[in-house]
Amino acid sequence: MSVNIATVKKIASLARIAITEEEAARIAPELDNIMGWIEQLGEVDVTGVEPMTAVIPNHLRLRDDVVTDGDVRDAVLANAPQAEHGFFTVPKVIE
Amino acid sequence: MTDLTDLGVAAIRNGVRSGAFSAREVTDAFIVKVSRAKALNAFLVETPDHAIAAAKEADTARAAGEVLKPLAGVPIGMKDLFCTKGVASTAASHILEGFTPPYESTVSGKLWDAGAGMLGKLNMDQFAMGSSNETSAFGNVISPWRRADGGNAPLAPGGSSGGSSTAVAARLCPAATGTDTGGSIRQPAAFTGISGIKPTYGRCSRWGVIAFASSLDQAGPMARDVRDCAIMLEVMSGFDPKDATSLQLDVPKWEAGLSNSLIGKRIGIPKEYRVDNMPSEIEALWQQGIDWAKDAGAEIVEVSLPHTKYALPAYYIIAPAEASSNLARYDGVRYGLRDLPEGANLQDMYAATRAAGFGDEVKRRIMIGTYVLSAGFYDAYFTQASKVRTLIARDFERAWESCDLLLTPTAPSAAFALGEKSADPIAMYLNDVFTVPSSLAGLPAMSIPGGLDKAGLPLGLQIIGKPLDEQGVLNAGLALEERAGFVARPEAWW
Repeated sequence: MSVNIATVKKIASLARIAITEEEAARIAPELDNIMGWIEQLGEVDVTGVEPMTAVIPNHLRLRDDVVTDGDVRDAVLANAPQAEHGFFTVPKVIE
Repeated sequence: MTDLTDLGVAAIRNGVRSGAFSAREVTDAFIVKVSRAKALNAFLVETPDHAIAAAKEADTARAAGEVLKPLAGVPIGMKDLFCTKGVASTAASHILEGFTPPYESTVSGKLWDAGAGMLGKLNMDQFAMGSSNETSAFGNVISPWRRADGGNAPLAPGGSSGGSSTAVAARLCPAATGTDTGGSIRQPAAFTGISGIKPTYGRCSRWGVIAFASSLDQAGPMARDVRDCAIMLEVMSGFDPKDATSLQLDVPKWEAGLSNSLIGKRIGIPKEYRVDNMPSEIEALWQQGIDWAKDAGAEIVEVSLPHTKYALPAYYIIAPAEASSNLARYDGVRYGLRDLPEGANLQDMYAATRAAGFGDEVKRRIMIGTYVLSAGFYDAYFTQASKVRTLIARDFERAWESCDLLLTPTAPSAAFALGEKSADPIAMYLNDVFTVPSSLAGLPAMSIPGGLDKAGLPLGLQIIGKPLDEQGVLNAGLALEERAGFVARPEAWW
């Protein structure tokens, strides 16, 4: 398996990171090298081993189903690059 | 009169309590030091007003005869990964430029409630991704240490908590917060001749700490000695209902429980940590640490952690995978940078914003994470890595059948020069070879300074403990610290 320029462009698109042709050409061998190094994991026998889901055994708590937060609209919007009329605004998404 | 900035946390706390000096005198002395250390680039934001307000409160409380809070009069540095109310918090990334949190992280809030004041926000590797502090969007942090060969090559302070390590080592603050995902407290502590502890995963709340890899991220203190780490950690720890992985346990009195005796303790030496090409000085220091542990009464046992060599590759699947998910939130809509090219649609805006806002290493890790989680690859990479992680944790559990603590070097080398490893990502990743396994297993681990190499640079020893045994780790740290007698400090050239 190897990471080529087409793969890099696909990953970047999935990750929503714009890249140029030159960047893709630079990144491809870097990622290929890193993924090649990671490949060695494949040699570990994991037969019958469960994937780790919690690093320290800890059961998830439930809390009462009540409102504990809210009425902070202005604080939520305070850091928005663009907010209007109490909403986040984005470029038009519907033609 | 003593220079107040030479004092650590305990000495400042005790001196303010006894009235040997005022909190304001201490705080003013550190503020001056911070303002004169721009060449180190350790601070991203200086907040003298915050520190002065806390000092005034401490002095007023003392004048009124009140019982002082645990950290009354102690000014500290705050890693920029912690959101601080009303103070810019960027994780050293352009994508969060302009972000001013309207809330306080749980850990920083606990420190302020305990009476500490903030001298400023500390530089770091961008989103805590790095081992040299060279990925910051706001410039490298320069280690206060220099090689004794007379060359003035700027050295890495370690990373990701490189602003924290530099600030403490250069006496710009008596203690600082750090965070550790794969070694980001311990490796910079080792590089700069200070102490730092990463507690058991879940001890410190992650709420309000800008997320990198949520199953690994843990906050912890960095300070000049073990006692100061214990004092800080006691304040920083504790249950928080706002973090689903926070441990619902009482915080032990670690400072009161400090003991320098290792009688009855078995200390394991993992044979797999004798890696190829390890500098002989690190081997020698490790042996010295073993001898110190024996002198303190410990029994030394050799143990095996057979999956050690797979920890780094597993980490470089798990951490990027979690990062790619966590960093999806930076979309140019809710906070931080927005790049909206002329005529761009929403998808273009996301891609342009993230291209402009994230640094190269952050993009690299997001892309690795996206790749290993993508359709067709998930099982081969992420599931496999998660199973290997189980095996790594199992290695430690088996080791605990024959020992109580593990002793290893903290890092495979002393501090390297800036630029020396930045061209080769894997060479940089290998710096965390001794710290990543315990991170994957969620274990408490600490670095203490053990000595200097031939070039006059600090080397660290790492102690790893069982889950929740921070006391055992701190006590072993204290026993080694007393025997190491590490007093070297960088000459102030900045």
